[in-house]
Amino acid sequence: MDGNTAVAHVAYRVNEVCAIYPITPSSTMAELADRWAADGIPNVFGSVPVVQQMQSEAGAAGAVHGALQSGALTTTFTASQGLLLMLPNMWKIAGELTPTVFHVAARAVATSALSIFGDHSDVMAARATGFALIASANVQEAHDTALLAQAATLASRVPFLHFFDGFRTSHELNTLTLLTDEQIAAMVPPALVRAHRARALTPERPVIRGTAHNPDTYFQTREAVSPYYAAVPATVAEAMDRFAALTGRRYELVEYEGAPDAERVVVVMGSGAETARETVKALAAAGEKVGVVQMRLYRPFPAAALVAALPTSAVAIAVLDRTKEPGAAGEPLYVDVVAALADAAGRGERTMPRVVGGRYGLGSKDFTPAMVQAVFRELARRDDAGRCAARNGFTVGIHDDVSGTSLPVDPEFGIESPAVTRAVFYGLGADGTVGANKNTVEIIAEHADLYAQGYFVYDSHKSGAQTVSHLRFGPAPIKAPYLIANASFVACHQFGFLARQDVLGVAAPGGVFLLNSPHGPDRVWHELPRPVQQAIIAKRLRLFVIDATRVAADVGLGTRTNTVLQTCFFAISGVLPRDAAIDRIKAAIRATYAHKSDAVVQKNFAAVDGTLAHLFEVDVPAVATSPHERPPAVPPTAPDFVRRVTGPLLEGRGDELAVGLLPADGTFPLGTAAYEKRNVSDEVPLWREDLCIQCGQCAFVCPHSVIRARYYHEDALAAAPPGFPSAPVNARGYPEVRYTLQLAVEDCTGCNLCVEACPATSPREPGVKALVPGPKAPRLARERANLAFFAGLPVNDRARVDFANVRGVQFLQPLFEFSGACAGCGETPYLKLLSQLFGDRAQIANATGCSSIYGGNLPVTPWTTDAEGRGPAWSNSLFEDNAEFGLGFRLAADLHLDRARTLVRTLAPRLGSELADAILGARQAQESDIRAQRERVAELTTRLARFVDEPAGRGDERARRDAEHARELLSIVDHLVRRSIWIVGGDGWAYDIGYGGLDHVLATGRDVNVLVLDTEVYSNTGGQASKATPLGAVAKFASAGKRVARKDLALQAIAYGDVYVAQVAMGANPQQTLDAFREAEAYPGPALILAYSHCIAHGIDMREGLAQQDLAVASGYWPLLRFNPAMRTIGENPFRLDSPRPSVPFKDYAYNEIRYSALARTRPEEAARLLASAQAAVTAKYRQYETLAALDGSQFAAGVQRLVATTP
Amino acid sequence: MDLTTRYLGLALANPLVASASPLNADLGNLRRLEDAGAAAVVLPSLFEEDVEAESARHDRLTRAGAESVAEALSFFPEPPPGDAGPRYLDLVRRARAAIDIPVIASLNGATDAGWISYARAIEEAGASALELNVHFVPADLDLTGAAVEQRYVDIVRHVRAMVSIPIAVKLGPYFSAVGHMARSLAEAGADGLVLFNRFYQPDIDLARLALAPDLGLSAPHDVRLPLLWLALLSGRVPASLAASSGVATADEVVKYLLVGADVVMTTSALLRHGVGYMGELRAGLEAWLAARRFGSVAQVRGLMSQRNLHDASAFERANYVATVHGRRG
Repeated sequence: MDGNTAVAHVAYRVNEVCAIYPITPSSTMAELADRWAADGIPNVFGSVPVVQQMQSEAGAAGAVHGALQSGALTTTFTASQGLLLMLPNMWKIAGELTPTVFHVAARAVATSALSIFGDHSDVMAARATGFALIASANVQEAHDTALLAQAATLASRVPFLHFFDGFRTSHELNTLTLLTDEQIAAMVPPALVRAHRARALTPERPVIRGTAHNPDTYFQTREAVSPYYAAVPATVAEAMDRFAALTGRRYELVEYEGAPDAERVVVVMGSGAETARETVKALAAAGEKVGVVQMRLYRPFPAAALVAALPTSAVAIAVLDRTKEPGAAGEPLYVDVVAALADAAGRGERTMPRVVGGRYGLGSKDFTPAMVQAVFRELARRDDAGRCAARNGFTVGIHDDVSGTSLPVDPEFGIESPAVTRAVFYGLGADGTVGANKNTVEIIAEHADLYAQGYFVYDSHKSGAQTVSHLRFGPAPIKAPYLIANASFVACHQFGFLARQDVLGVAAPGGVFLLNSPHGPDRVWHELPRPVQQAIIAKRLRLFVIDATRVAADVGLGTRTNTVLQTCFFAISGVLPRDAAIDRIKAAIRATYAHKSDAVVQKNFAAVDGTLAHLFEVDVPAVATSPHERPPAVPPTAPDFVRRVTGPLLEGRGDELAVGLLPADGTFPLGTAAYEKRNVSDEVPLWREDLCIQCGQCAFVCPHSVIRARYYHEDALAAAPPGFPSAPVNARGYPEVRYTLQLAVEDCTGCNLCVEACPATSPREPGVKALVPGPKAPRLARERANLAFFAGLPVNDRARVDFANVRGVQFLQPLFEFSGACAGCGETPYLKLLSQLFGDRAQIANATGCSSIYGGNLPVTPWTTDAEGRGPAWSNSLFEDNAEFGLGFRLAADLHLDRARTLVRTLAPRLGSELADAILGARQAQESDIRAQRERVAELTTRLARFVDEPAGRGDERARRDAEHARELLSIVDHLVRRSIWIVGGDGWAYDIGYGGLDHVLATGRDVNVLVLDTEVYSNTGGQASKATPLGAVAKFASAGKRVARKDLALQAIAYGDVYVAQVAMGANPQQTLDAFREAEAYPGPALILAYSHCIAHGIDMREGLAQQDLAVASGYWPLLRFNPAMRTIGENPFRLDSPRPSVPFKDYAYNEIRYSALARTRPEEAARLLASAQAAVTAKYRQYETLAALDGSQFAAGVQRLVATTP
Repeated sequence: MDLTTRYLGLALANPLVASASPLNADLGNLRRLEDAGAAAVVLPSLFEEDVEAESARHDRLTRAGAESVAEALSFFPEPPPGDAGPRYLDLVRRARAAIDIPVIASLNGATDAGWISYARAIEEAGASALELNVHFVPADLDLTGAAVEQRYVDIVRHVRAMVSIPIAVKLGPYFSAVGHMARSLAEAGADGLVLFNRFYQPDIDLARLALAPDLGLSAPHDVRLPLLWLALLSGRVPASLAASSGVATADEVVKYLLVGADVVMTTSALLRHGVGYMGELRAGLEAWLAARRFGSVAQVRGLMSQRNLHDASAFERANYVATVHGRRG
């Protein structure tokens, strides 16, 4: 069981209300609560908890506060920014002495960069709220502490924040002893529950809370709570005693482990404590006088218990914090420990040791025994006078070449027992490696009489993502919350990985290397890169190969090699007897698939049975013979930053990057995705120039900007590689112009949306279109040469491209390319279009979500620049504030434009009035206008530079002032070219957490363009329902089907009257999409585009995404519309319905998607009822739109004419 | 007028049965059919492909993208257990509750595999009988006719062992020896035979150069082949006989009864004219019987079967030869 499940299991059972909102890595707890409630599972009080999704964590905290005030036992689950949004309510809840436990999968707080990974910066930001803070170090502790905290909060009335390390504990699978419901119930005495209820607000015994105080009383009220806090440590200790009596598992507030006479001690909390304790055991056993103090209760700070736990022999203490508090005297735990010791020393209870603080493990940076040892070595350093010379404010686990804080770590140091099997598996998300390994952990934990641990490291790409599984099995509990560095078993499930990264770096000498290889046992050695051969020989590895891909394909499992490779693992590792292992694998297969399909079960059985005949051990030669070296991840010609930073990241060596190589303020260059040739798909489309009608549909819909079109003079072909495809451009009047459609096949994900979109079919070859999918390998070399030549062809002049139709857009360079979004993503084509139309003058505020991850998650970014170096300036602030963030862009741009215009006017006499007038009066509507303005601004810049450089004569006040004005104008001169401000985000942002801000920004009348990539679900966090989720659809947080219709954000925005609103679906009508983007951008006020984005979370075959968009529109579910307030100026109805009346029933659209059909499989009557409601809602909505569209222009108020008329 | 008949051991008020079609998935239609005089209904088929392919698709799509990205280890709530089966069982249950006439469930498949395990679940859901629609296109050129026949027999035998409700087999006409096949199926445990299944026969879209998988409605001339075989089988195989295909008016109903059908099934006529058309078929049958002063269906059933005709060769080659010669003449 993982940590999240272990915690949710308890939290669900001891609460009556859960207010939830998704945030990684805590979402699982909320999802489980929702599902259990949907399944009617009761808590230990016999009722089914109410699980209520809210619009944000701030909303969840408010609902929690209210439910608590009304006497319900209430909880919530969160992390990171989510916890920060809860802070104001936490102060209230604590101030009112209200018992509750918030469960936090502790995660880094976004600074210059977002991190979804674990550290304590979020919980440390909550330490002043008045919540008690209690930490867990592992899965079992998290499970148990969830209950201890509940017991303690009810007894003490002080609310608790229970935290455990995000991912490291929340997502680690480990053997767990589950608490029984009886044990859980025994820890929450009914009397305390009743006492909580008795404090509830009730009109029968009314009281007032939440009063406001004057200076005379506020201070005293703050002090009135003190006795409650003073009692908390004892209350927790008492709960721990009772818990020990019930379960046999004993915990202390503060726990010491190590030599009784330790001289060097580490103080730490969270999972790091487990690593430190195991390391101390090993060091102490070797005779070192070291110890560790594990802090469990952190607030109220148990100073007495801490001082008591620290051996008096300790002369050097290192306090380790998993957070950074820039500018502080030390990190929080360090400061607390120093204060406690100073106080004790001041009172003469003990001498004051040397206490230093250090940081480790931020953002889930691995924290290993070697790092613990490094800390102890630092504590052992002495100066000439024999005093402890350990540095304060050190770091461990990184190389800090900037401030010199980092400690040297011995990479050879390790403490792992030889009795533990350690296995590392490299796989792809799509091949089932992680699922199989989770399964393996379960099999071994249940049937091999062994303890087991599983931890999984994921890529940040959504397509073709690599996964690395770390599995340990052993006869004793596995207490090793860090990655495996010495694996006795390494499996590489994708042969291609060998060429990209050092897969065998983790292999221990004498271990086993299992390779999924298309090359058989006779050939495989010759196909291995030389460094792999060398590692196998040097480490004396046994090499096994299997063509798992073929075995899986032969039995009909496609690319799912998991069953085959899992069987290999058991066969080679001997963790279980072979036959027993096969029986267990089959039992697991049956359990996983039996309720779905016997055929799937049989296929997997066939895979298991067919495996061993294809598994071979390879004789390892004595010398490495391969001529293939591992090529660098990026070419030597790449820019310096890409070579020094991006390259190591792509090779999986990011941990080795020194501090000095990384930007201090989070500023990164664009265009790096182009260096990452991921080769995700073995099958790519081939262009048939003889069939192509050059319509541009394929390039328009390609989610990964892989398809590029150019026209050029035929003379350019003289230098083309042989066979370079081209066709005469099929426009009249260009007899010497050729056209080529070029695919960047190494960046293609094989999604086939282009093939689906292609309207050109062969008149002679059945089923053949102008794009034909086929194997990539035989064409790779040729396509590379073609692409290189194509890249050298002149970029088509934007001023000569017709922006007004899809056909023209194909010639505009995408400034968003090769993102790691899901293959066939429904969002990215819209972003690509945005970048093509306006990218060279766009500034983009991007809400947190899928688009901020595939847009801005290291190692690379798909946002890029044109040949002149211009491109979208992109930034992500938060999830909740994106509209406001983007509005800030506009405010600054407007201000600077205004100031720049003033300065141009001021300087006009010196600049020349012709240039000044031209700049000030520029139209800037068409691309040719923009081009002309850029040229004027360039000329302006040149002239301004001259003033600045001219030496001002003494007393020439005017010249001095002009020079100053010129300098100022140069600093904002960019704004004279019309800037396009875009606010981009998903529906979770626009409909839920960011709605208040979005609404406000739309109401400002400012010229911002809002693009909502509407997947109707929280896609990035794994498919939780949003207010955009349609009626009847199943999503997480709506596992029984959504019961209310989606919010009509379009109509809400239309209600303002002066907001341009469009609802688009590229797959249904690309031209309408294009028109909407152009109109929105041209509209001088706020504009909102709701873009239907098919998504993997809809449960569709992504290649059918465009067809589904078409059906969404054809069914009337997603009517295409545009509301253009500018139409009023010509007396027209601003509301235009762009799609015809529904022509298919809603069901024909909906039931192609698992999100709808899933319910029909499990609860058919309910599904039928919801379907009928959904159809009725669709019909009613369409009628409403039709009525609006039928009004004539005179019926619309002319209030916005002012806006339209007055904007330049 | 006594229109009663027996089919699969079920006593029916008349010989008109609404055969498997999408119409019958709607409870309102089922009620209207009952009101219009249908004696029994066959529910739309639970397709083997629905069971296997749909559940495989469900499995594939709910798993797509799972375990790839740290933030989204899955995209759906725990995959709900289920496949097309439970939905179908629910239809069986609801149909049974909605109408009083027998409800015959239909399984459509071609392999002797896991899908037939639904037979038992269908029985438990309350189906009055089960129709096995073995729709098998032997596209494999290595497959012998004997092997194909054995496949049919095996499926029937397995299902027979699994359920105690009556079983009908809907088969196609493309056997070397339809009569022997019919008898083999009856011996394997089929309580009734439905003649005939209409195989998938795609057309070609010349504009798109693509197959057009259109399953057109049957027409009156489609009665000929079933008519022939019903006449030949009537009274000679230990199984009920149902006629299917080509029923446009009451005339075809009468013809089928005359050659020995116990019941006559129709879908095309109902799709063309609506489910209420069942009433017109019934009225037409009654009118025909009354006009010739028959008092019951039993009196006409098999009247013109091979066994009852004075000229037993009428349905055999001699008549064919005569017919061809007659044409020439």
